[in-house]
Amino acid sequence: MTNSIPTATTIAPSLTSTGSDDAGATVELVSVVKDYGSHRALNAIDLAIRPGEFVALLGPSGCGKTTALRALSGLETINDGRILIDGKDVAAVPTNQRDIGMVFQSYSLFPHMTALENVEFGLRMRKVAPAERRTRAEEALDMVGLGTFAQRFAHQLSGGQQQRVALARALVTRPRVLLLDEPLSALDAKVRVQLRDEIRRIQTELGITTVFVTHDQEEALAVADRVAVMRDGVIEQIGTPEELYSTPASPFVADFVGLSNRIPGELADGIVEVHGARLPLLGELLADGPVTAYVRPEDIVIVEAGIPATVVASSFLGSLRRTQVVLQDDTLLSIQHEVDIRPQPGDAVFLRLKGAPVSAVPRG
Amino acid sequence: MSAASRLGTEPSKATRWIILGVVGLVFSIPIIGLIEFSFRAGLGGGYTLDHWTGLFTEEAARTYRQLFQAIGNSAVLAVVTVAIVLLILLPTMILVHIQFPKLKRLLEFICIIPITVPAIVLVVGLAPVYSVVVSLFGSGVWTLAFAYGITVLPYAYRAIQSNLDAVPVVTLSEAARSLGASWPVVLWRVLLPNLRRGVLAAAFISVAVVLGEFTIASLLNRRNLQTALLQVGQSDPWVAAIFALLALLFVFLLLLLIGRLGSTRNRSSS
Repeated sequence: MTNSIPTATTIAPSLTSTGSDDAGATVELVSVVKDYGSHRALNAIDLAIRPGEFVALLGPSGCGKTTALRALSGLETINDGRILIDGKDVAAVPTNQRDIGMVFQSYSLFPHMTALENVEFGLRMRKVAPAERRTRAEEALDMVGLGTFAQRFAHQLSGGQQQRVALARALVTRPRVLLLDEPLSALDAKVRVQLRDEIRRIQTELGITTVFVTHDQEEALAVADRVAVMRDGVIEQIGTPEELYSTPASPFVADFVGLSNRIPGELADGIVEVHGARLPLLGELLADGPVTAYVRPEDIVIVEAGIPATVVASSFLGSLRRTQVVLQDDTLLSIQHEVDIRPQPGDAVFLRLKGAPVSAVPRG
Repeated sequence: MSAASRLGTEPSKATRWIILGVVGLVFSIPIIGLIEFSFRAGLGGGYTLDHWTGLFTEEAARTYRQLFQAIGNSAVLAVVTVAIVLLILLPTMILVHIQFPKLKRLLEFICIIPITVPAIVLVVGLAPVYSVVVSLFGSGVWTLAFAYGITVLPYAYRAIQSNLDAVPVVTLSEAARSLGASWPVVLWRVLLPNLRRGVLAAAFISVAVVLGEFTIASLLNRRNLQTALLQVGQSDPWVAAIFALLALLFVFLLLLLIGRLGSTRNRSSS
């Protein structure tokens, strides 16, 4: 079975936002609480999503991101709070009446139906006339580049193709909100990137409000307009990928989004002093004293003279090189630099911190 | 080279044929004996087709009216038992699988119990229950299906559960719900087509169990195929043998059909 992805065609008018008055809804979670027994999976989370916005829920396993998505879909009931779609509270509305499209982590095509029949299913539930149903389903399959695969069953499609059909199936009904529950996690790396970009392209063209759950920060940063970083049932920070990366609100966000080096320093008057460099503190003010600062690899540069370090390993990553070095106090650091600098293990180098703002936590 | 042959545990071809031959003999000798007996002319020796052809005469229809009635009873019992399996057990299992997965072990335990209880013990327990059943539904033979619904539980449960475990029921139902399907539509259009093999297997096994049941019917004074065969066998052992053979053939065909369904599933999933 081939894993190749055919080229997708342009989106048919019947699928675009102009084809429906309902496309691009606002979505709001207001103080949503979800308990599983004594475990609080969602702890009064608030989230407001603008029409047509692509928001990623990012976080480690068990942080509540999938629960939030399932609460939004109606597949999980909530214990408290409100879920608003276009201002209407849908918390008590059953899943099948919420007018959402959803793509699941595991392959969810109906095995006894062809790809075309799968895509037609939602239209059949909405009692769309057979001729129109067929036309729209074919257009949706064309949109995801699988027009020629219409008569294939799920077991005759690769994982990537199955998820594309699932995406077409979710979009063909022109839902008000598209929910994506880690739809790429079961795919191999190359197909994952292809489909990720494809999802973003289609979402942009359709203008549909989309919530995308992932634990892969690269995936979230690559596709989302805004990313909500979750931890222990709360949203730690929500912002554009650039905001999250450059001004993380907490050490957790700094640590989870992108790479960070943990370097001991001293905080005084909102400035963290690390190996002689004075770095402005991000986020909440902390009490002066010893702290651990979170410094990005690209904020440390190799210079002629500076902090002495020894190279441990160096990896070529295509457009850049990542090198691990150890300081004299045994602190291990990752630094990023141009590929034409090729440090060898054991080489003595000197480092300088650029002075970019950092997050920090008190050091006990 | 397979793991089994590497370990030297795979039997040789000759051993396999010997095992197959011995097992085949154990099962086939009584059946061959039954077939041979059905053609015997009498105690004096010789063979005849009269016992077989005699079944299709008008006189036989009168003579064996009760036997034909018992076959009808067993057919009704099979249908009602299958209905109980499909209308009570199947929805319960799907509900537990999707909504209450923590109850799976308990349901399995309950469904397996009948296989551990001897039929005679079951009847002792059922006798007072049937006094209530009779007062509610009358004393029709079909009411025996309530007891049969219990005796087939272990077999029907296994057949359905293996299919449930092989299909991502939760994901499929959630996908269908997100596409606008109501629960009845989810069940009818999405789940049942994918559980067809398990459901059919459960139904066929239930039919096979009902057709072969004797103890409960006999002790609760109901007439079914097996009790009638015993009765007929006392006056005309050839006819009893012929009907026993036909019942065996029918059940064999059912099991063959289940086997074919299973192999079709294996081919389609490979």
